Amino acid sequence: MNFLRLALFALLLAAQPLQAREYRKAVVAEPYLELRTGPAKGYPVVQVVERGGHIEIIKSRTDWYKVRADDDREGWVRRSEMELTLNDGGEFTTFEEDDFSDYESRRWEMGALTGDFAGANVISIYGGYAFTANLSAELWVSQALGSFSNSTFTSINLLHQTFPDWRFSPYFTLGAGVIRTSPNATLIETEDRTDEMAHAGIGIRAYINRHFLLRAEYKSYVVFTSRDENEEPNEWKAGFSFFF
Amino acid sequence: MESRLLVLLLAVAASLAVAPALAQTVDINGVPVVVDPDLDRRDVRQPRIDSENFEIGVHGGLMSIEDFGTNSSVAVRFTYHIAGGFFAEAAYGQSEGGTTSFERLSGSAPLLTDEEREFTYYDLSFGYDILPGEVFIGSSRAFNTALYLLAGAGSTTFGGDDRFTITVGAGVRFLMTDAFAVHLDVRDRLFDIDLLGEDKTAHNFDTTLGFSFFF
Repeated sequence: MNFLRLALFALLLAAQPLQAREYRKAVVAEPYLELRTGPAKGYPVVQVVERGGHIEIIKSRTDWYKVRADDDREGWVRRSEMELTLNDGGEFTTFEEDDFSDYESRRWEMGALTGDFAGANVISIYGGYAFTANLSAELWVSQALGSFSNSTFTSINLLHQTFPDWRFSPYFTLGAGVIRTSPNATLIETEDRTDEMAHAGIGIRAYINRHFLLRAEYKSYVVFTSRDENEEPNEWKAGFSFFF
Repeated sequence: MESRLLVLLLAVAASLAVAPALAQTVDINGVPVVVDPDLDRRDVRQPRIDSENFEIGVHGGLMSIEDFGTNSSVAVRFTYHIAGGFFAEAAYGQSEGGTTSFERLSGSAPLLTDEEREFTYYDLSFGYDILPGEVFIGSSRAFNTALYLLAGAGSTTFGGDDRFTITVGAGVRFLMTDAFAVHLDVRDRLFDIDLLGEDKTAHNFDTTLGFSFFF
């Protein structure tokens, strides 16, 4: 008997941390709140919580929130419907995180783009830091895969975003870097070469949601080769980025 | 005399006591305030909502490399769920090419060294949950699922070269819990290859089973 009591006590102690998690609460203000089985509009509505019903917000995924009602019923609710519930203070629930204002005050950004570099397919990743809303610096690493040669290039860019408060925001960029070109294996052996290069470009960023951007750009390069003529490849590419 | 002094003292005391109260009964516009709410604002700190938009998974299966046989493959995939069923995914994986039938039948020198037969790739894709749904196991359990399509681009190192690769695929995500999923995927990695004498586009089908966590 004593052992049983001890075991129960131990179990209670073990269960404690699970209970300690405090969730944000809300009260349903519309006639009813629809709970779906999953975090997408395709999932069916299987429960409703009526006006005045209390709910806890367990977690979020994209624009959906998982909530639990008083009677332990659980389901997923769309963000726009959550914003019609009331918080403790009787005001509409708001979700402070992740909106366009974060974008305007962003510092770090990273992303990946793909496209065409002088007829070769190019894949690029970059990381950037914004000094001001307008001016940022970026480090790019790209791999261009062509029919006759592959090249890897790294460059440092300065980027000026003229209208940082626009959701579709154009920018200008200038940069310099190094390109290393190696001919494909099936071709007759020629040597790898490394050259300096510089570029200018224009592009556009589109703010999609939360911390997510789409981005497309065009860059015009000059490669300072060791031969008589410089090469002037052009590049366009599109992709996505995150900021934080 | 004493009572007059007392009255005077009382008057002074009363005026002193009333003065601050009088000063507070007029608001900034000079309008008298009837009720002065002297409330301490509650410092409301809302509990954070745990967001689970990222997913990381390990996947293993079989990759059929065109002309080079079928071998085991492994991959790591990192996914960000954007909104409305769209997601972005970065993947890195490995497999290995076997020998071509030409190499086996002709008995000639191998086309590739062992190192060149190693098949490694990375790619970036966009996906869309085209068919969200549920599966029912027994009479009391339902699991969320989604059939998704995805397409992307990347680079494959195989046969001594890096090759630009287009990836297209479809998969099913079974959500065992909200945060744990099982994936069944088929992806085709397409790249141009000229190892066997002619330029052609090789299809390399990768069928995998994987597990992933949302965080």
